[in-house]
Order: sequence, then structure tokens, then C-alpha cells
Amino acid sequence: MYVADSRAGAPGAPVSADGAVRPSAGRRRAAVAPTVLALGTVSLITDVSSEMVTAVLPLYLVAGLGLSPLGFGLLDGVYNGFSALVRLAGGHLADRGGGRHKWVAGIGYGLSALCKPLLLLAHTLTPIGLVLAADRTGKGLRTAPRDALISLSSTPENRGRAFGVHRAMDTAGALLGPLVAFLILRATVDGYDAVFTVSFCVAVLGVLVLVLFVPNGAPTPPTAPPAPQPAATAATAPTASTAPAERPTLRAALGLLRRRDLRRITLCALLLGLATVSDSFVYLLLQRRLGVPDRWFALLPLGTAAAFLLLAVPLGRLADRVGGRRVFLAGHGALLLAYAVLLSSWHGTALPYAVLLLHGGFYAATDGVLMAAASDSVPPALRSSGLALVQTGQALARFACSLGFGAAWTLWGDRTALLASTVALAVCAGCCALALRPAREAVS
Amino acid sequence: MTVRNRILVLLSAVAVLAAVAAGAVLHASARAERRDQTQAGGPAVTSGPVTLTARGRLVFRNMAWGPHRDELTAVPASAPAGARTASGVKCLRFYAAAGTGVCLQAVHGAVSDTYRALILDARLKETARYDVPGIPSRARVSPSGRFAAWTAFVGGDSYAGTNFSTRAAIVDTRTGRLIPSLEEFGIVKDGRRYRAADVNFWGVTFAADDRTFYATMATKGKTYLVRGDLEARTVTTVRTNMECPSLSPDGTRIAFKKRVPGLPADAPWRLYVLDLRTLRETPLAESRSVDDQAVWQDAHTLVYALPGDYGADLYAVPSDGTGHPHRLTTAAVSPAYLD
Repeated sequence: MYVADSRAGAPGAPVSADGAVRPSAGRRRAAVAPTVLALGTVSLITDVSSEMVTAVLPLYLVAGLGLSPLGFGLLDGVYNGFSALVRLAGGHLADRGGGRHKWVAGIGYGLSALCKPLLLLAHTLTPIGLVLAADRTGKGLRTAPRDALISLSSTPENRGRAFGVHRAMDTAGALLGPLVAFLILRATVDGYDAVFTVSFCVAVLGVLVLVLFVPNGAPTPPTAPPAPQPAATAATAPTASTAPAERPTLRAALGLLRRRDLRRITLCALLLGLATVSDSFVYLLLQRRLGVPDRWFALLPLGTAAAFLLLAVPLGRLADRVGGRRVFLAGHGALLLAYAVLLSSWHGTALPYAVLLLHGGFYAATDGVLMAAASDSVPPALRSSGLALVQTGQALARFACSLGFGAAWTLWGDRTALLASTVALAVCAGCCALALRPAREAVS
Repeated sequence: MTVRNRILVLLSAVAVLAAVAAGAVLHASARAERRDQTQAGGPAVTSGPVTLTARGRLVFRNMAWGPHRDELTAVPASAPAGARTASGVKCLRFYAAAGTGVCLQAVHGAVSDTYRALILDARLKETARYDVPGIPSRARVSPSGRFAAWTAFVGGDSYAGTNFSTRAAIVDTRTGRLIPSLEEFGIVKDGRRYRAADVNFWGVTFAADDRTFYATMATKGKTYLVRGDLEARTVTTVRTNMECPSLSPDGTRIAFKKRVPGLPADAPWRLYVLDLRTLRETPLAESRSVDDQAVWQDAHTLVYALPGDYGADLYAVPSDGTGHPHRLTTAAVSPAYLD
């Protein structure tokens, strides 16, 4: 079943994108590198596996094990800090030795896969918490090297689309996972062990596709990279020694922040992250302010994911045409609009859909697009470290925002907290529009 | 490795993985079939009429394997381990008082399970139904039978979701007016108005006046006993570290589970009784961790569920801290004493 999926997924990856990608088949094939499709397939399969577990976990803890899951999120703060370190380490390790991206990403995927059978053995909260932490460590480890591989196997002209295709495939997996888990639970009674075992098999398949079909070492871009980035040639060579200036040492990785372009984009991601209210707050606000009925509450994340899936490729293509930074900023414009709708508290039936569409559009215009845009400012030999830096800055800023937002809610109530976030987002977006302007001209 | 070889490796791996996955699913579904067969040595369960006005009866969800698994069953309160009469109504959680029942059920849909709360009349006929936003956890009916309350876990939505919240709802069965979440109520904490996004409520218990209730509120990592007012639509904090309160029939004491320091993180609770007049806490004789909202069998005895071979067993312990706990019956959960 999965062979069919993954193999059909290769040329048909733009299944999701088909409607949007209308040009001739020949051009499409040239536009998205096989490595990107392979990585998209790996992400799709891995997300099926991990979302299967995520979907049944609350039920498993409460109904299966009879545990009380409240207070489970208490370690999240500590873990977020650790996760940031793991991400930076993963990014840096992948750069060392000239292109170990595949293997570092592989270790990340492998670690997450190994966590699935461990769930069969863990029956109390502490071991389950540790297994989930290990799972997330795997995710932290693999993200930057994987994104670096995507960016290294595409050209600046089609990078937005490459990330768009990858994110669309990734999200498709996230939508399929809960469905698979549900079908298994339906075929059994309390078949959580079956869900975990199948999830493990699916995860192993993902690792296998990575090992077999993602090229080793620094991948060769499908077309010769354009001149402006002289270090790009170093990445195509088997070792980084030909570009001593960009040797992927820790110092060089830290030195990335001395680059004006990358510093600006990192700062912008950080600033905007500080005004990005976390998903769970958005859904809570949707329910409280727009009166979304309780029974739809669990389906709200699916709405965001569906919009993300549909818009990832078109917006990635748009980023290639008009510049990633512009689309990245526009994405935050969509988020601003979503906040505005939430603030208005109109009770139209279409409004929750509009908010979810804007929220999914925000992800489609920022998640992969930011990686594509940041790639332009990082030399290939340090690509993974650079992307990890941007991602970590953004993740930490978002975490800080969710703490701040929670505190503001306590002090002033939900409306004022949201109003403050809206103003902050507008100000940050304005600053970033100014800061990114000169660079934007260079991109487009 | 050539592309051909890689595909061959992939195909053989897929064959092995598919076999393992199929084996796991088949194994689990075979187990499911076993659960529909009555186990030797288990309680005898037969179909029959169950009403919520039969005095001296104990009604609970039957968890014994067999055709009546998960159905509401009745036994004489004086012989709880005796033969069970099964009603045919399946509930995950249940409670009843004064001829009104609340039954929290799963609805198996095409692409996911949803949950709902049924209000039942004395003959277990549905009189109203409400959507429940997550996995049902606690259920209660006020002593008069007028108000019903339930709590559900609403699952996390982040990667490897570790964010859980609870929703507590109360419905007036006479008017049908629903309070979908106690979060709508004004909160007075330590004498001051309080707001926070992370407020969670669970474990509602009603007083006899059909206006006052008690519940657990959690915020910023602490739990509170709150006293609620259904008319003023407020809750006021009373004490910290009290979960799943259960008001005694005379309204003078509250049984609750307390997080005791030094216990393992996944079994942190002990049963206590708080005297509302003296505010003195009495630890009960049960030495195991209890994760349940206890039920008062009478003025002196508390009944609660502990994990057992078939999910859960019911135990009883004196409410004054003396004596020893003893098992009432196996394979049962969500007890309600009818009077």
C-alpha cells in the first residue's frame, strides 16, 4: 500500500498542487528536484506515523491507561529550551564534514521511529513523557538538515516551490495519520498497541525511503547555481575544503550572524514570532469569540492544515516570482487579518472558516517560504546551521509569545491580550517591511 | 546501489513491515472478539429492566467481558457482587439521582469518534442530548435530579500533543439551558476577580439547594476547590489542592482526592474528607492512589473505582478515616446509589 503511495507520490507529488501547477509536465518535473520529492515522501510517511500516535494519545492516556493527563504539559517550558539546543546542534552537525545532512536527518527520523515501540512498554506518565521527549528530540534533530537538503537541491529560482511541495506533502501526511489511526481503532477494541506497532512500521518505511532514495552528501542542484553566490560551488564538491572561508566550524556557524542579510531575516522572524499567538490560543479564541460549537473544537487544527496543504505550493511559486520576503510579510498580513476578524467578534457562520483559511494561509506563506528566503543569505556549506538558527530564533520567540499572551490574558482578559498582539504584530510587520526592503530588491 | 536494487530492497521491506502491521491489527481485533465472550468466574449478567427509581439498587457501568460489556447494570446495594441486570444502554460514564440519569457515550462516526451526553429519565429513555467536546471523565446529577454536569478532556493539538485541557458543562434538565463551559463564569480567587487562559474546571458536585455546587479549578499549575453559584454565575476559590470533590448527602463534608507530596507523579492522590464547618481534613484508610470522584453510599461510606483486571473495580471505605477499604465488586465503574 505504501509503495504505491510513495512511488505514485514521486511524480504525482503535486497531487495536492495539481490544480495550481498547470504548466507542461516537462517543466514541472524540471522544477522540483527528485531529492525534494524523496524528502517530501519521507516527511509524508513520517507524519502519517507521528500523527497516528498524536491522534490517539489523549484517548490512550485517559481511556486506555486511566491516567489523568492534566499537568502533562508542565515540562513543556523546560523542553522547549532543550529542543532549541537540539535543533542548533542538529543543524551544525549536519554541516560538519561537508554534507552529513542525510545522516543527521536519518538519525532524527530513526530516533522518532524507535520511540513508537517504546510506547508499548511505557505505562505510566513519566516514561511516556520521556518517550515523547525523545520523539521530539528526533524531530528537532532532523528539521534543519532536511530543510538544508531541500534548499541545496533547488535553485534560488524554484526554491519557494520546492519548499511548498515539501510542506504540502508533509501536511498531507499529517492529515492522513489520524484517519489511519482511527481505522485501526475501529477494526479493534482499544487497539492502541496495534496503532503504535503500525505507526512504528510506517516510521521505519520513512527512514528506509530516506536511506534509499535521498542522495548522499551535498546534493547537486539540478541546474548550475547562478554566479552571485561564489561559495555555492563548494557545496557541490565532495568536501568543503575548497572553500576555506566557509568551513563549517562552530565559529563559522556563529559568525553567520555577522552577515547583514541573515541577521536581518533572523531578527524579523524573531520579531514576528514574538507577535505570533500559538495555535492553541487561536483555537481557544475562535471558540470563545466566534462561538464555534464545542463539537467542532477538535476539528479546528484540521481546518488550518487543509488550508496549509492547499496553499503551500501556490504561495511557494508566488515566492519564487515576487520574492520570498514579500510573501513572508504578506503571510503575516493574513495573520493580522485573522486577528482582526477574531477581535471583531462578528457571529457570521463563514467567519470561523475565514479565520482558519487565513491561519492556514499564514503557515503556507511563512513556513517553507521563510526557509527558502533565508537560504539565499546562507552559504551552502553552512546552510543547515543557518536555517537552524532562523528556525530556533522563531521557535523561541513564539514560545515567549505564548507565555506573554497567557500572562496578558490573565491580567487584562482575552480581548485586550489579542488587541495587544494585533498591535504588536502590525508594528513588527511594519519594522520588518522596512528592514527587508533592500534585500528584497536583491532577491527579485 | 542501482535504482532497481533500491526498489527491490524497498519492496521487500514493505512486505515485512506490512506483515508486522497486519499481524498487530489482527492480534488486536482477535482480542476484541474475546472481549465479547463471557469469562468464567465473572459476575453473571442477564438482560432485564433497570429503572432509576428502584430503591436500594446500585447502578454502574458493567465492564465484565461478554455481550453486556459497557452497559448500565443494576445490582442490589446490599449484594453488590451479585448477579447483574443489564439495561442495554451503553455508557462510558454515568450518574443518577432522583430518577434522572446522565450517560456519557461515544458515537462511532465514519472518520472519528465523537462523544455526547444523554439525559435519561427513570426508565433510561433519552430526554435530551448534548455534544461533549472530548473524552468523558466525570458525571454528576444534583440531588433533586434537576441539574446534570459532566467533564471532558479536550486533547492536545500540538506535535506529540502534551497540552490537555478539561471542559466542565452543566445543564438544567428542566429548562434545557446548557452552560457549555464553566469558563464562562466569573472567577473570584482569594477575594479578587481572576482571569486566565489556562483555567480548567472538572469534577462538579451539587448541593441540595439546586444553586450551589463545588468543583475543581486549575490554573498556573495549582488546583483549587471552588464553590459555584448557578444564579450569580460565579465561582469562588475555597481551598487549594483539592480535586474531584464529592459533597456528602447532608452537605457538611466533601470527599476529595488530594495530591500528597512525595508520591510518584503518576499515582499522586489520596482520598481525604474535608469537614466544611471545622475545615479539618481527614485522610481515609485507603492507601492506594485514587483517581476518581468518590460517591457517598450513605453518610458514613465512600465508594470509588480503582484499576482492576477488566478496567476497574469498585471499593468502599469508611468516611471518618477508620477501618479498611474493601472491594464491593469487580469489573465496574461509575456507581450511582438509588434511593
